[in-house]
Amino acid sequence: MNFDKEYDASGLACPLPIVKTKKALNDMTSGQVLKVVSTDPGSVCDMEAFAEQTGNALLESGSENSKFVFFLKKA
Amino acid sequence: MATKKMAIIATKGALDMAYPPLILASTAAALGWEVQIFFTFYGLALLRKDLSGIAISPLANPAMPMPVPMPVIVSVLPGMEAMATMMMKAKMKKKGVASLEELRDLCQEAEVKFVACQMTVDLFEFDKKDFVDGIEFGGAATFMKFAGETDVCLFI
Repeated sequence: MNFDKEYDASGLACPLPIVKTKKALNDMTSGQVLKVVSTDPGSVCDMEAFAEQTGNALLESGSENSKFVFFLKKA
Repeated sequence: MATKKMAIIATKGALDMAYPPLILASTAAALGWEVQIFFTFYGLALLRKDLSGIAISPLANPAMPMPVPMPVIVSVLPGMEAMATMMMKAKMKKKGVASLEELRDLCQEAEVKFVACQMTVDLFEFDKKDFVDGIEFGGAATFMKFAGETDVCLFI
């Protein structure tokens, strides 16, 4: 999947993956795609909740090299 | 969807209880909520510029996970509180848990409103200069005004 920016939250625990993802999205324009990499198992559910609550669509949620990878589209 | 609101009363100042208000507030703010934290009693410690004094004691914390079982009588020995604090902080760093300073900065950046209880400041004769910038001072009524409009109100 194409993306405009990548944020690597590897090694960070809750709430950092979500809070820093929000920060990364702040500097992006509507329609751009952010790729987030995380090692926190809790971030899988958190990203879904984040997408639902903020309206930033979660395009894909999967794994790559035993890390969790998310693609979010800025609303 | 109307903006959700959350109010937190932070009354504790030990290392384990410093995290919940800051984690919940920063997360809610990241989700677009409007958040206020009212810091009172020992919670005021979280507003100090210098957070290095925030500690955790093994004494009277029977639920604290320990690497080895520790008799209560050992918890009161000099240095045990410092050791427990150091070990907890080291573990947090290893596991990628944010420091209190970082969480607090994230909160303020996300415009979480920090209100310090004026009564407690007067009671313990705290110096406002010791607190971080960007905080307001108020009383219970100030807090109630916002609390009454919230979707989530927590006492920590």
